Amino acid sequence: MPIVNYLRARPRLALVLVAVLLAALPFLVGAGLGKSWVRVLDFALLYVMLALGLNIVVGYAGLLDLGYVAFYALGAYLYAWLASPHFGLHLPFWAVLPLGALLAGVFGVLLGAPTLRLRGDYLAIVTLGFGEIIRIFMNNLNAPVNITNGPQGMNLIDPIALGGFALSKTHQIFGFSVSNAHLYYYLFLAFVLLVMFVALRLQDSRIGRAWAAIREDELAASAMGIDTRNVKLLAFAMGATFGGLAGGLFAAFQGFISPESFGLMESIMILCMIVLGGMGHIPGVILGAVLLTVLPEALRYVGDLQRAVLGHVAVDPADLRMLLFGCALILMMLYRPEGLWPSRQRKRELHAEDEVAAHESASLYDARG
Amino acid sequence: MSLLQVEGLHIHYGGIQAVRGIDLKIDEGELVCLIGANGAGKSSALKGIVGLLPHGGQVHYAGASLKGRPTHAIAAAGLALVPEGRGIFARLTVAENLAMGAYLRRDADAVRADYERIYQTFPRLAERRGQLAGLLSGGEQQMLAIGRALMGRPRLLLLDEPSMGLAPLMVRNIYETIQAVAREGMTILLVEQNAHLALQVSSRGYVMESGAITLAGPSAELAADPQVRAAYLGE
Repeated sequence: MPIVNYLRARPRLALVLVAVLLAALPFLVGAGLGKSWVRVLDFALLYVMLALGLNIVVGYAGLLDLGYVAFYALGAYLYAWLASPHFGLHLPFWAVLPLGALLAGVFGVLLGAPTLRLRGDYLAIVTLGFGEIIRIFMNNLNAPVNITNGPQGMNLIDPIALGGFALSKTHQIFGFSVSNAHLYYYLFLAFVLLVMFVALRLQDSRIGRAWAAIREDELAASAMGIDTRNVKLLAFAMGATFGGLAGGLFAAFQGFISPESFGLMESIMILCMIVLGGMGHIPGVILGAVLLTVLPEALRYVGDLQRAVLGHVAVDPADLRMLLFGCALILMMLYRPEGLWPSRQRKRELHAEDEVAAHESASLYDARG
Repeated sequence: MSLLQVEGLHIHYGGIQAVRGIDLKIDEGELVCLIGANGAGKSSALKGIVGLLPHGGQVHYAGASLKGRPTHAIAAAGLALVPEGRGIFARLTVAENLAMGAYLRRDADAVRADYERIYQTFPRLAERRGQLAGLLSGGEQQMLAIGRALMGRPRLLLLDEPSMGLAPLMVRNIYETIQAVAREGMTILLVEQNAHLALQVSSRGYVMESGAITLAGPSAELAADPQVRAAYLGE
């Protein structure tokens, strides 16, 4: 496309345009689609954070983690414990958010340590169990001492406030009415940029190369002098930290959390975002997260459409969502296994797969000859 | 004091004893081979030495005990293992594979010079430096695995079955390279099923049979030994 080429030659102009677009996005979306869509944008940003975090574990280090939502839950619950009427604590967000990230990171190591020898399916099963354990704990820790308020969840969580400026209220700025959804958008955007920056730097670092080596061949990686234990634990910890951070932001934004938000489907969704977008590739992961947050919302209109055409809702949009989603994944795996926006390398790998297989069978012939 | 001294090494998997107390030593600059049939315990012994398998007995390297040290620390001490089946990083490029070999090194300039040396030794790798390692032929992958190990500037190179699964012409090629590396002064322990070739290039050898060393001596003598000739050289 000529426009893309034009901008590629002018990276600074492209950067300015992207910045302006991102800054104006909530207003454009709010004006064009309605206010509820600004909240959808906020959630999309939260999921981008989660997907980038899980991408470190799954995409970089190749460790299949199906319990990632547990770290999201830990960040959210820690925020609720330290900033809500539940325990009467109201610590400021700048103290609670890092603590939530830290707690999640510690739990990342706790999950990583016993699973160091596991790989593939076995690791997936143990992490899946871990995710469920955390959720079930949150569901049941309301007696004898009420820690989590059980399935009712925790309410009236403090919103994020900068000094006296609460993000939960609508403010008048330069004659614009700026709602809480808009304000959280900018806050989340800032965190997404931070997480993106860290993820990018990690990818190109020595640690990032060590992760790639472990993903490829753990034995050979240790023979290169890589401390596979520490490097794997670091992947779990880094991924979990991002999850915990997103959890804290989620709790502050919603004002209410319950175990229901942290089920297995949530972990699977985040994993699908990565797979759909392009595992290991940051732009792809972001695309996957945004698509999988926005498209299900768009499906709600299918319900309205049915009502308009048929007079009633024949198929519940929520059911339709899983059906379409399943079909989309199957089609992706068949026709575009590298994801929608893969890294150049990953694309090369998957399209080279047949060649690799050919070479492997050729070397089998070598062995016979 | 030998560079590597192994005393009474034994390894078992569950109830099965794979290595039953073997002794071997390698002096600086030697090319020593460890030959034996499939399943004799050669690879297990090698894995024990580099800490990939728990073991009993003593392993001393450059005067210090390696016992209980993790594989990555042993690699850092200068033992480079070229694993059985090559263990290349298939979805990284040739150049990235070589870079992983230099993972522990901080001397960027010398590393860059070493790339060029490796590419001179293995011109095929130079031609394919931007390609995914998984796309190389078996022989090229073996060269890459050896080149990658050399990138770490080891003091002792441990080669596990470098001829496995390769066409005869390629095997010859690899062996010429191993000899060239040895001529430059590298100390090498060569584990090999192909006794004929291994005894040709090495100065000393050990013969391993069901977990124990049954014969040891200069390679020329082993090659002339009627037992070895009957069992391993197909005569």
